[in-house]
Amino acid sequence: MEIPKSFLGYKRENGRAGTRNHVIILPVDDISNACAEAVANNIKGTIALPHSYGRLQFGADLELHFRTMIGTGCNPNVAAVIVIGIEPKWTKKIVDGIAKTGKPVEGFHIERTGDIGTTMKASKKAQEFVMWASEKQREECPLSDLWISVKCGESDTTSGLAANPTVGNLMDKLEPLGVHLCFGETSELTGAEQVCATRGATKEASEKFMNTWSSYNDFILKEATDDLSESQPTAGNIAGGLTTIEEKAFGNFQKIGNCKFIDVLEPAEEPTKGKGLYFMDTSSAAAECVTLQAAAGFNIHLFPTGQGNIVGNPIEPVVKLTANPLTVKGMGEHIDCDVSKILSREMNLSEAGDELIKTTLRVANGRLTCAEALGHREFVMTKLYRSA
Amino acid sequence: MATDIIIHDKKDNVGVVVIEKITPKQDCACWIMEDDSSTNIQSVDEIPLGHKIAMVDLKEGDTILKYGHDIGKVVKSIKKGEHVHVHNVKTKKW
Repeated sequence: MEIPKSFLGYKRENGRAGTRNHVIILPVDDISNACAEAVANNIKGTIALPHSYGRLQFGADLELHFRTMIGTGCNPNVAAVIVIGIEPKWTKKIVDGIAKTGKPVEGFHIERTGDIGTTMKASKKAQEFVMWASEKQREECPLSDLWISVKCGESDTTSGLAANPTVGNLMDKLEPLGVHLCFGETSELTGAEQVCATRGATKEASEKFMNTWSSYNDFILKEATDDLSESQPTAGNIAGGLTTIEEKAFGNFQKIGNCKFIDVLEPAEEPTKGKGLYFMDTSSAAAECVTLQAAAGFNIHLFPTGQGNIVGNPIEPVVKLTANPLTVKGMGEHIDCDVSKILSREMNLSEAGDELIKTTLRVANGRLTCAEALGHREFVMTKLYRSA
Repeated sequence: MATDIIIHDKKDNVGVVVIEKITPKQDCACWIMEDDSSTNIQSVDEIPLGHKIAMVDLKEGDTILKYGHDIGKVVKSIKKGEHVHVHNVKTKKW
């Protein structure tokens, strides 16, 4: 198949391109969710991103909170941002971070004004933003403007056999065309970590990966109260035939094809070494991982599943694929790309990779994903430790 | 011919059922992805889609190989054709 050289995206002020054109209402903290949701309810075409944290965090955990907030606002799938926090200082910090992209952003704080007054002021600005954004047109953008993140979930053995290698095939075909790529799931590489480390493009990248993996594994061993058999693999994984974390890890690892990763990113860290594949230190929980990847600037996500994970994200479209025919049959409304014919050998891996490229480009051009149509907007902050 | 079981790598001692289920004493066609070769096995247990079958006799302490790599250890001996899962295999990690 000849791969198209472009897609239709929204060009942003900082030179990036979006696959979506969202106006978001971003609460800085948990107690500002109500106001953010009130604004989104008032002004049609905006979306609020409620979440559970943002108060009394400190150190690396607070840095991650800000990085996730600012990164979410900076994502090129977002046209404009309203930031609402309880107090002015942290609100302004996030506004200033997003403003560096050149996109419209304005902050509001609730103290001394209350929810109702703040909702009114923020709604007026949100209306202005959404009407401005509604005139933006899709334009031809080079394929290299795609930043593709990947994560698998509710995996079973069909994931490792077919759906994950399909993503790997796509990576092998698109990497030479200059796209950015990102995989994560630190804990779910356990058992395959030594093999994964050999896939660093440089000695530094390999060492950074092993340090990252070891540190996460030490944390798991410290906190674990049993052999983790209730968590990794999950009950869903086991029902699907996955027996051990090692088996899950080797299946997971098929997603990167033959690519080598050029750097290891902190959670929600924007890549800065140019095109190519990156590894990001993330949780293996679906919504946490996708939220972090979206905050790093990735504008379209590929999500292979076995037993049928249904996750979505408010700003980054999540494309689902599966090779499990029972999942296609039972919950087809969640599956954007069916590669189950690989198992019956009516489709080979390269044909499946081509199908996934076609689906990915249709979604990049504006076709809604199943998760978008079904209203999945899971926005889940990663928290590193308890608040002060 | 239809494929009942897919094996990732020639070195693997387990295969994955890729039809809805296999029944006891079923003669199954296996495809080895690595070198596009074929083999056969007769099942002992009923095994559902996505679950593993032992391609050889395995004893306690043996290593299960899948993708050509170590994915865990045998904790209860397994006969060729039997179901391989959490009741007879455990992780070597955690």
